[in-house]
Amino acid sequence: MPKLEIKRSFLARFIPGLASLTKRGSAGWMTIIGSGIVLSMVLMTVLGPWFSPYDPTAINVSPPPNPSPPSGDFPLGTNLLGQDMLSRILCGGSVMIQVALLSVLFCFIIGVPVGLLASYAGGMIDRISTLVMDSFYAFPGLVLAIAIAAMMGRGVVNMALSIAVVYVPSYFRMVRSQVLTIKELPYTEAARATGAKGQTVLLRYILPNVVPSIVVVATVNFADAILTAAGLTFVGLGVGIDVPDWGWDLTQGRQLLPSGSWWVITFPGIMILLLALGFTLVGEGLSELLTPRLER
Amino acid sequence: MDLRSYIVARVLLMIPMIFLLLSIVFLIVRVVPGDPVLLHFEKKASEEAMAEMRRELRLDQPLHVQYFEYLAGLLRGDLGKSMAPGRDSISQHIFSAFPATLELALFSILIAVGIGILLGVRASTSYNSVQDHVIRVFGTVIYAIPVFFLGMILLLVFSIYLKWFPAGGRIKPLMEPEGLTFYFSKPAGGFVQVFTWSFPVGLISWAISLVALKRKAIKFWPKGLLISLLVLSAGWIVYAYFAWHLMFRGGLHITGLYTIDSLLDGNVVKFVEAVRYLFLPSLTLGLMLSGVFIRLTRSNMLETLRLDFVTAARARGLKESSVVYGYALRNAFLPILTMMGLQFAMLLGGAILTETTFSWPGLGRYLVDRISFRDYTAIQGAVIFFGILVAVVNLVVDILYAYLDPRIRF
Repeated sequence: MPKLEIKRSFLARFIPGLASLTKRGSAGWMTIIGSGIVLSMVLMTVLGPWFSPYDPTAINVSPPPNPSPPSGDFPLGTNLLGQDMLSRILCGGSVMIQVALLSVLFCFIIGVPVGLLASYAGGMIDRISTLVMDSFYAFPGLVLAIAIAAMMGRGVVNMALSIAVVYVPSYFRMVRSQVLTIKELPYTEAARATGAKGQTVLLRYILPNVVPSIVVVATVNFADAILTAAGLTFVGLGVGIDVPDWGWDLTQGRQLLPSGSWWVITFPGIMILLLALGFTLVGEGLSELLTPRLER
Repeated sequence: MDLRSYIVARVLLMIPMIFLLLSIVFLIVRVVPGDPVLLHFEKKASEEAMAEMRRELRLDQPLHVQYFEYLAGLLRGDLGKSMAPGRDSISQHIFSAFPATLELALFSILIAVGIGILLGVRASTSYNSVQDHVIRVFGTVIYAIPVFFLGMILLLVFSIYLKWFPAGGRIKPLMEPEGLTFYFSKPAGGFVQVFTWSFPVGLISWAISLVALKRKAIKFWPKGLLISLLVLSAGWIVYAYFAWHLMFRGGLHITGLYTIDSLLDGNVVKFVEAVRYLFLPSLTLGLMLSGVFIRLTRSNMLETLRLDFVTAARARGLKESSVVYGYALRNAFLPILTMMGLQFAMLLGGAILTETTFSWPGLGRYLVDRISFRDYTAIQGAVIFFGILVAVVNLVVDILYAYLDPRIRF
């Protein structure tokens, strides 16, 4: 990688740590590129409604025949319902991003405390919760998410919950394995020897050292959550027709394939790919930066 | 711990896990939404119609009665009745759709491991070069592509624009073997077929590969093949056993895998057709999985290539290709084998989406089809089948791994 002088650049003045990231080799660059992609996608989705030329959910904004290929009026073409693809691309990330954020949040709320408590308490509680988590973990993720989403019905929160159930075990396992190691370290023992209560040891001595690993798991999970959300939409468990959503566009595009309407699937597909790729890059970069022990 | 007690312990550990899994699915279907029958009709049916369905599916029973009936049914291989108007047996549908999924899964794993090893080895031998970076980027990007998007792009390019491959389905309608979509609708006769072919063939190949593995005289590559044969035939035996449970009601094909069946028939035309239909779906799924294998092969090879025995082999003047493939890859292979087992769950998830993309008549498409009909008992059945399948595969892989690498047992 060429050593760019980002230190003195405009961006570096506003983003603390950016300059040091550029010195960390490919892991640093992966983090920078990945977060760049993610941030620009989020920005695009937030600002999309102001910039989109048409209402993304209004049908028949273009005269028939639909779907029509990219043209001057509709730079990315239109879909079967005569909706403008460009407007849908600009606004369509909100569902995926919301679902991913919420599901990671749910995972955090469930997985981390359960993992902390189970591993710190040990004994029967630990064994039972490990067994439950393992049986969830062994289940094929998408299938479990499909089962739950099918039962709970449409909606962003329901989708996020069903995805969260799939990924909670990875948080639990990560936290548990970390706590089991940290629990035996001399500094924790020292804390206990000075008379710290279990609660204090857990929250002030163990938790801070688990956080980097959780952050790594969370960023990697963002990408998985987005792909799972796209998969759920594809099997017909998406949020619905009244919200612009890349996953929904991609799903609808399948029926139009025989007519060769490439624009209906290509653009939303690339957007999902970029979003997932961005999170993957951040996740991998961070996992090398924050937990260097895992580095091969 | 010797191997036998390891196996016993591992199987015993699996029982509560499977039990939990079954209970979780049972509760999800009955408790999470409230009433599956109400959901099925979207509250648009008369009270009588709903009561009728509840009675026919025995959803009007108290929860604990339902639970025991559900477990008892599972022991008989019965996954219950579907909510579709015919109230047809879910097990029949699932067992007849399973070979299609199995065929897709086997070919995609082959493609994934092939691509993974080839590119992974290339990346590791050209460490930090342009080629290495390109392969690493490929591995990362391919992981982030939604598998159905990849499938649709391949479909668009190769079957709609170029017309090299068919656009979906499993084989030409005329070549569809008789009764394949419904094995069990035919009169009895399948019992003989299963017992003349599947079961003994499975048992014999399993025994042969086990004996061959026990005699350590064999070189590595045949060993790898034998292990895959072992896994395959074990799966085959399990499948034949379950299919046999329903056998008295109808016929079964020899394997249900069109590529293998057509070869057994000696029907080359059909074989070529079957491969043409299979190619794009398995390429899609294989590409998606290859990312993991590329990364794994690369990192394992990088470690192995640094070891002394590789330097020693080079010092003896061996060809670079035989050093890399014959010596280093051989030692880096065991983790790849384990990964094949671990990726099985991901493979099934991908298979659901790939089957939907390519109208491949397997389990995934059955599940998706039932979702659109809000057929909750069928969804429950399919989900359970997937869950048990993954649990059994994981068990087999764990045992195999313990057998190959005694360190695991302790």
